[in-house]
Amino acid sequence: MCQVGEDYGEPAPREPPSAPRPSREQKCVKCREAQPVVVIRAGDAFCRGCFKAFYIHKFRAMLGKNRLIFPGEKVLLAWSGGPSSSSMVWQVLEGLSQDSAKRLRFVPGVIFVDGTCALRLAPGRIPFRKGKRQISHSSSRKHGPAERGLEGFPGGRWPHTLLGSTGAACGRSPEERAKTLAEVKPILQAIGFPWHVVALEEVFSLSPSVLRCSSQEPAAPEEAYKAAVDSFLRQQHVLGAGGGPGPAHGEEQLPQPRNRQSLLRPPAAAQTEALSHLFCSVRTLTAKEELLQTLRAHLILHVARAHGYSKVMTGDSCTRLAIKLMTNLALGRGAFLAWDTGFSDERHGDVVVVRPMREHTLKEVAFYNRLFSVPSVFTPAVNTKAPEKASIHRLMEAFILRLQTQFPSTVSTVYRTSEKLVKAPRDGPATGDHSPRCLLCMCALDIDAADSATAFGVQTSSHPSQIQLTPQGPCCFPGGPRAQGCCQGASRREDPQACIVEQLCYGCRVNMKDLPSLEPLPQYILAEAQLRTQRAWVLAELRDCLIEDSDDEVGQS
Amino acid sequence: MNLPVTARRHGNNSTHSSAAPWARAQAQKINGAVHFGSSRKSKESVSGSCRPNGTSEPRAQKAKGAVHFGGSRKNNANVSRSRKLSGSPEPLAHPAALPHGILGAVGKEVPRPRGNGSLGVVTSVPGFRVVGSVDVPALRSAREKPTPPAMPAPPCTSCHAARAALRRPRSGQALCGACFCSAFEAEVLHTVLAGRLLPPGAAVAVGASGGKDSTVLAHVLRGLAPRLGISLQLVAVDEGIGGYRDAALAAVRRQAARWELPLTVVAYEDLFGGWTMDAVARSTAGSGRSRSCCTFCGVLRRRALEEGARRVGATHIVTGHNADDMAETVLMNFLRGDAGRLARGGGLGSPGEGGALPRCRPLQFASQKEVVLYAHFRRLDYFSEECVYAPEAFRGHARDLLKRLEAARPSAVLDLVHSAERLALAASARPPRPGACSRCGALASRALCQACALLDGLNRGRPRLAIGKGRRGLDEQATPGTPGDPAQTPTPKAVPTF
Repeated sequence: MCQVGEDYGEPAPREPPSAPRPSREQKCVKCREAQPVVVIRAGDAFCRGCFKAFYIHKFRAMLGKNRLIFPGEKVLLAWSGGPSSSSMVWQVLEGLSQDSAKRLRFVPGVIFVDGTCALRLAPGRIPFRKGKRQISHSSSRKHGPAERGLEGFPGGRWPHTLLGSTGAACGRSPEERAKTLAEVKPILQAIGFPWHVVALEEVFSLSPSVLRCSSQEPAAPEEAYKAAVDSFLRQQHVLGAGGGPGPAHGEEQLPQPRNRQSLLRPPAAAQTEALSHLFCSVRTLTAKEELLQTLRAHLILHVARAHGYSKVMTGDSCTRLAIKLMTNLALGRGAFLAWDTGFSDERHGDVVVVRPMREHTLKEVAFYNRLFSVPSVFTPAVNTKAPEKASIHRLMEAFILRLQTQFPSTVSTVYRTSEKLVKAPRDGPATGDHSPRCLLCMCALDIDAADSATAFGVQTSSHPSQIQLTPQGPCCFPGGPRAQGCCQGASRREDPQACIVEQLCYGCRVNMKDLPSLEPLPQYILAEAQLRTQRAWVLAELRDCLIEDSDDEVGQS
Repeated sequence: MNLPVTARRHGNNSTHSSAAPWARAQAQKINGAVHFGSSRKSKESVSGSCRPNGTSEPRAQKAKGAVHFGGSRKNNANVSRSRKLSGSPEPLAHPAALPHGILGAVGKEVPRPRGNGSLGVVTSVPGFRVVGSVDVPALRSAREKPTPPAMPAPPCTSCHAARAALRRPRSGQALCGACFCSAFEAEVLHTVLAGRLLPPGAAVAVGASGGKDSTVLAHVLRGLAPRLGISLQLVAVDEGIGGYRDAALAAVRRQAARWELPLTVVAYEDLFGGWTMDAVARSTAGSGRSRSCCTFCGVLRRRALEEGARRVGATHIVTGHNADDMAETVLMNFLRGDAGRLARGGGLGSPGEGGALPRCRPLQFASQKEVVLYAHFRRLDYFSEECVYAPEAFRGHARDLLKRLEAARPSAVLDLVHSAERLALAASARPPRPGACSRCGALASRALCQACALLDGLNRGRPRLAIGKGRRGLDEQATPGTPGDPAQTPTPKAVPTF
């Protein structure tokens, strides 16, 4: 394992071992009868039916194995319009329409975050020139097996839709936005789930409570699941006795039809302006992408809470997760990789994010969507048409996909390694709900308060000026046990910017460095930051009077 | 703090210094104006008064350069003496408290003294190649923006006196050479202190290869040694690579002589029963250019360094791994799915379990660019050439990626190091507690340590045995091989196909 690539002799010729093209006589490797239509891995040719079974099984096995989604539970499907999440929605749709034994038993809803707010880009920020686009486009389209499979994808938009983004702050006119919505709505209506189309501008009317982790008592998963199944079956039985088999179970519990769709209210012009101001002020594309993801996550969380969804499903594919893992690694989010890429993400407490598509490679998704004509919508994202080296995200994506063409096991290797990561911090026990959380990504802070060498590395990279200039540094350094040390509360209270930065994890701090001012951030973030600072300050004031044991409760309340 | 004291201090320094005679001469010439302070306030007030007002005057610049070197020597070599003299205890806990060489503007304007024996650049390596390859930001910005020559560089954001000579890659701060160097040293000091890497009284063996990292490490530690209360030795490993190692070792010898540090060279040939890397290379592939050379060389070098450090009675080993090395390693370990190493790596070093000497990497938070910048501004003489055996192919991918990431976001290297430190792997992925090698007693996770396993394979004429999947064949019998015998190339039968 350790010596991969340190092979003997001259390196093997670069082109991938030419997989024998399926000949006429070759049959499907599964049923050995039908004519194969698609080659997934080297040499494994599947016929249409077997490929479908294989694909569906993967999806359902992922849900069944983890037993996280209880029967009758409300689940919000985060649909971006891209291939992976479209495929996921279709899987759920098919799963609900199947006959009773195999039917999925949760109650889905769909959310589409429309991030295509009308943003005016600062001139020259991202090169949109025609020639440049084509160069970067063709260079990221070297003919690897995975990509070759995607060539035929409707619209051929593959490098852009890859990020699974719902489109974003990327300078589109209101007409284009209306066009996207016109494409989105028929699909949503065809799916028939309750749906929510939300404009990204709505982050400006969120309440600070979004940023709070409302913890719920985690029951022992195994027993809880069984109990839920039992009660569900009993309920089903009653229903069955009452009104016959009836339509799909989900329909019964759905709210009245008039509530079923929350249509997009046209966002206020002021909010659009504020959002575009925010995104234009961000200096780098890397930070822009991160900010967009953060805001979108908050918005989805808000909608989920408002409508009583307890799970959110996202359509991250295996390829996407491998890329995300490496990207987050490079963004300094090493402590949270398991949260960011694992099957379930419980950081918000009451709403759990689930990634059921994580075993499907992008190639499989693309073929499935093509073969079974799953509709998807292309919405341009912030990084659409950006050159490869414009952001860490784009760089890592291009790197992984290129390496994948040379070493076809790259994605699965990275993905499998990610499964060995755990959510507890590296040293010591898992910090409970009492530990301070990052204001933006809501992960437990990974900044050392005290005397580790990392603390220094972090601080020099984030606050070079403070390190150099603050003479009171040393008194915090050897450090009390808590981050709210001797001089922090008092001296920095006046500076709201520093207050916010203090409440961020390492990765978010680095990102926020690319914002010249934190002022344009949505109000709910600023308000929550202020609240937390105040609370910490009060706590520091009261420290003398408080009995040691009560410390946590005050901090948490 | 008054001027006569500082001037006398300089006189002392320069007479005891062997580092830069030309700088000494100049410092003496102008030592009336020399000043450095341990507190920020006095520094600024005095520096304002003695700063020459015509900064573009070549004479004044020369003087500035000289002062900078005087000040910087104080930071490094003669710290304890100057502390005694000034009687002011300098707080070490915070980098901001470190004295800076205030007046120094060692930028491109300063005429660079050449042809001085003690500063000679290795002839095989043109000095400009080294600097050019790292793309020093100040030079680059000058190139991109064709500003009129009269336009001065921005002032240093730390001392506000000198002109900035570089922009720090990690923060974008514009600093003068002297401030950058003292910040760099302060950061290494902090890494060592905060991580409790080198306790006072430690006898430290610096793994010296002659390359930039170990050169900078030795230079910085030599300056910090009195404060840390440690003693330093250089330990170099002679791998026996003809045409490459000799030149590098010559650079190490020059460094040792200039810095008056004891040097010990341990050779593979003596330690490993006559095997040199050249012999290994012949044995492994026949062609002499096999990629697996790096596997052998890395494992054996680790062992050799340990052995050399023991021989000189060292209690700690330090190596010059920088942040880029760490970042590359973590990227690479993910790409090849090496969860065991991900779980093991990341810290600042190993505390020395199972009888092995404690190892650490004080430069772990310094990116390669900063290391090269430091070497540039301190005018260190180092050897930079690639080994004659082929570079590691897979690491090349990671290295390439890292360079691009760094271009997209300058702090990416440090972010990766931070990530590597915070990775939390499942308990099952962690390697079992290492035991001892049944042959040599060194730390080993298997029955034989990796060095013994590799040597075993070599001696039996089956060099691939201990590598990769070949490991399972360790118990097989094979014909013994001898080190220098090129006829003993592995038979095709012995090479498993995969």
